[in-house]
Amino acid sequence: MRYLPLTPDDRTAMLAAIGAKSIDDLFVDVPEAARLDGPVDLPRVAGEMEVERALSAMAAKNATAGATPFFCGAGAYKHHVPATVDHVIQRSEFLTSYTPYQPEIAQGTLQYLYEFQTQVANLTGMPVANASLYDGSTAMAEGVLMATRVTRRNKAVISGGVHPHYVKATETVVHAVGVETQVLAPAFDAEAAVIDQIGPDTACVVVQTPNVFGTATDVTKIAEAAHAAGALLIVVVTEAVSMGLLKSPGEMGADIVAAEGQSIGNALNFGGPYVGLFATREKLIRQMPGRLTGETVDADGERGFVLTLSTREQHIRRDKATSNICTNSGLCTLAFTIHMSLLGETGLRKLALLNHEKAMATRDALAAIPGVEILTSRFFNEFAVRLPKNAAEVVSTLADHHVLAGVPYSRLAPDAGMDDVLLVAATETTLDVDIQILAKSLSKVLGA
Amino acid sequence: MKFTKDHEWVSLDGDIATVGISKHAADALGDVVFVEVPEVGKTVAKGASFAVVESVKAASDVYAPVSGEVVEANDALSTAPETVNSAPQADGWFAKIKVSDAAELDALMDQAAYDAFLATL
Amino acid sequence: MSTMNTVGRPTAPNEVASKPATLTGGRGLLQNEALIFEGDGWGKTGVDLAEPKTDGSDLGDLVRKDPIGLPGLSEPEAMRHYVRLSQKNHAIDLAIYPLGSCTMKHNPRLNEKMARLAGFSDIHPLQPISTVQGALELMDTLAHWLKTLTGMPAVALSPKAGAHGELCGLMAIRAAHEASRQHEKRRKVLVPTSAHGTNPATAAFVGYTVVEVAQTEDGRVDVADLASKLGDDVAAIMVTNPNTCGLFERDILEISRLTHEAGAYFYCDGANFNAIVGRVRPGDLGVDAMHINLHKTFSTPHGGGGPGAGPVVLSEALAPFAPAPWVVHDADGYRLIEREEDEAVQAFGRLCAFQGQMGMYVRALSYMMSHGADGLRQVAEDAVLNANYIKARLSDLMSAAFPDGPCMHEALFDDEWLKGTDITTLDFAKAMIDEGFHPMTMYFPLVVHGAMLIEPTETESKAELDRFIHAMRLLAEAAKAGDVDRFKGAPFHAPLKRLDETRAARSPVLRWSAPAGSNQAA
Repeated sequence: MRYLPLTPDDRTAMLAAIGAKSIDDLFVDVPEAARLDGPVDLPRVAGEMEVERALSAMAAKNATAGATPFFCGAGAYKHHVPATVDHVIQRSEFLTSYTPYQPEIAQGTLQYLYEFQTQVANLTGMPVANASLYDGSTAMAEGVLMATRVTRRNKAVISGGVHPHYVKATETVVHAVGVETQVLAPAFDAEAAVIDQIGPDTACVVVQTPNVFGTATDVTKIAEAAHAAGALLIVVVTEAVSMGLLKSPGEMGADIVAAEGQSIGNALNFGGPYVGLFATREKLIRQMPGRLTGETVDADGERGFVLTLSTREQHIRRDKATSNICTNSGLCTLAFTIHMSLLGETGLRKLALLNHEKAMATRDALAAIPGVEILTSRFFNEFAVRLPKNAAEVVSTLADHHVLAGVPYSRLAPDAGMDDVLLVAATETTLDVDIQILAKSLSKVLGA
Repeated sequence: MKFTKDHEWVSLDGDIATVGISKHAADALGDVVFVEVPEVGKTVAKGASFAVVESVKAASDVYAPVSGEVVEANDALSTAPETVNSAPQADGWFAKIKVSDAAELDALMDQAAYDAFLATL
Repeated sequence: MSTMNTVGRPTAPNEVASKPATLTGGRGLLQNEALIFEGDGWGKTGVDLAEPKTDGSDLGDLVRKDPIGLPGLSEPEAMRHYVRLSQKNHAIDLAIYPLGSCTMKHNPRLNEKMARLAGFSDIHPLQPISTVQGALELMDTLAHWLKTLTGMPAVALSPKAGAHGELCGLMAIRAAHEASRQHEKRRKVLVPTSAHGTNPATAAFVGYTVVEVAQTEDGRVDVADLASKLGDDVAAIMVTNPNTCGLFERDILEISRLTHEAGAYFYCDGANFNAIVGRVRPGDLGVDAMHINLHKTFSTPHGGGGPGAGPVVLSEALAPFAPAPWVVHDADGYRLIEREEDEAVQAFGRLCAFQGQMGMYVRALSYMMSHGADGLRQVAEDAVLNANYIKARLSDLMSAAFPDGPCMHEALFDDEWLKGTDITTLDFAKAMIDEGFHPMTMYFPLVVHGAMLIEPTETESKAELDRFIHAMRLLAEAAKAGDVDRFKGAPFHAPLKRLDETRAARSPVLRWSAPAGSNQAA
């Protein structure tokens, strides 16, 4: 087998060196009743060609974003990733290295993490960011838990504009430790509705901008209201590129930013792996989850980087750790930081404007279709429309005609009574002809 | 100055007890990088965790050697945690506690008894 | 002689008296590489984009006005920056990476190629189900392999790493106790002292009180102590098997019997599944839930700390509580159950926004299909053989923590043999760096003093093992001979000398900031 270097002779020689008669001698501690005599009932060893053929056949059954007019968003976005990114993340020294526990021989990883932390901090407008969490949704859950530790309060008020899957993933975890959640009804443009729900027991309010319907909101007033009540403001961002154009959460008073970084450097990947961005204020860092890289010097006084403040983490604090997270999104942070370095501020702003431009053009094209109502007025690259028909059925019909028209809101929240709402996203990858095809085929399906 | 088996020390002045960790504990921890001192006004019970001391690779709870109310915390440790290493039984104190039952100190070890205890470890 | 080179240069090395330090701090191929923020990249970009036709003014006050603080690099500069950084990392592709408990095995490049097929990488998690039948088929196939290899009836694929898998398993256990109205009284989770830190952290995360279980002299769970702590207040036990000392829990059947008798569930930390894959099915051991680190046993790359994937196999009793989403296969093809309804009414919720780590699923399946059932069995055998070989070849110089009997996939030494040398486990580890090797896991598990935990994995050749053993023996002999400086100051030959972690923790500097008085952005 091509991944196994030992030859039969090696094995014989090694068993002799150990003093074992056969390999079975090394498995004597396994209870006899639990020993398998031979291979389990699965296919046998296969060459590269066979495996590639089998997996390629599966891959070929999927409709890819790049091959169709494509307008899906709702927390995962199709962007162009420069070729350099994918080349560099496949460098052996990045791809096949472990968590940088031996800093003298892991400065490559540690330095890019330090650069990543700085980029994320600046992008979110926050003083500090960690070295990543799994994704945006788990970052939101960690944010809520952190807020309860900081405030010693027990309730999170969550806006109706937060992605329903993020809410579900958060509630699943925080309810287990007895944290209460109050989730407001879905609303296209009502992030500020959380203000009226803030009480003396509120640990945090959670809002999303742009929200799941695409609406961008200045949350400054929400921050003020939260702070006046001694609560923290958590701002969720599912489209990181938006921060290249819109005011940063930090500028608007956020205490914690929980964001999805997939849009920068990472492919759609059917939902993962993605990269959770997590940033906060300096005075809260000891309550922060996840790994942190810090600057220091070596024995000669040369600058270097190490993982630091590890006493927050599970391998030291065990049952008193701020989180149980260990493995994070390592290589996805590398992809993020390379793409961001290539973009720079100039490129990021341009990219953000292009996204906005394409979304506005899509909006205009759809607004011209009789019966289609645009529901989002201030948006970045995604907006909601009301269709005169069931949105999921329309999307399904359009998919049969090789148009991926967006995400029906009912896919995220089937009980919300919003079966006619469609979320439509456009990015720099959207072509004018894609927009024309979408408008034309949608008109046709709607019988307009 | 009296000591606990968990290596806290306490020194009583009137009904105010100054508490910290022993030199032995500070040496064993290595370079102290962070101390979480209790909030003033907090009531602590003897034997309960009331502070945390951290080195790079370890975090330890510090248990209250006496019960009472925290009347002062050594906030200087937040910017100079190394004081716990350089002067653990003096400037490296953690908190001052207004003791609710001075008799609790009777059960603690004096220096000689603590030294003898350390010799058994 | 027709022509004569009159400007000939010497072709043999010169002899010099001293070895001067470099003037720049660079060392041969290793460049001193500044942070991206310290260059001249303000205003630069390495991506050519069309000129936008909008300035965003329709968004009014929502638009960001101040500089963000993000330098840019042209493509050649970016390439150099990251390739230079990469050269300061150790990697499996360079040499053995014997981190115990981490299973640093070869990462096949076929996996990478397969994960990058557009049909897997360029599909959206919320596309219509009819357009992702192949992706769901892949998930279903992976699930089949995992269930078959573990002998368990169900698997939750979505956890994003091992610790996330632990969370999934304990949440399922909690949901099962809630369903049988046992949750209120069952608030304890028993965890051996030798456990990974994630175990107690996860139990606490889910709201349980952690009770430690003692270990026997021979490095296994103390069954008597476990039995005395089991009762109707215990929700679960969390046992790693093979355990973190690299040993198989001989009494595992008794442990699971006692646990079930007490009405508790058996969570197995599957971090060390590599030692037994294909030879032992956890389902046959009485396990109720076990996470599988695809980035350990099934060769998906560690990538400098992630991403991982931590699917959790579940017993019949826990299967109904698995979190959404999951794949079902019926006459109409593949479907995704995305919320608590019909078939999923008892699901404990959802662990992340989408389907989990699809990119890792592809890689893991590519690896499994390559090995096949027979190859995977050989994986376990070779992993165990390699570890025992190291243990056998080093035990005369170093002190094995548990000398009697075979170990599984990792060999554990303590620091008894360093007594009197003034050299610590840390010093020894740092000296290994100078010899070109990544150190083993050190000071873990906590139950062994100065622990050195060596996991070679099955993808090391005998020649590489011999090279490693040779270096370890030379170092051990040097330590015993009193060559203290070699260890105390090590590493001398790495990109950096030993780093000051105290300073980093006392006054944390977690990001670059523009020097005072500079006019750089942000």
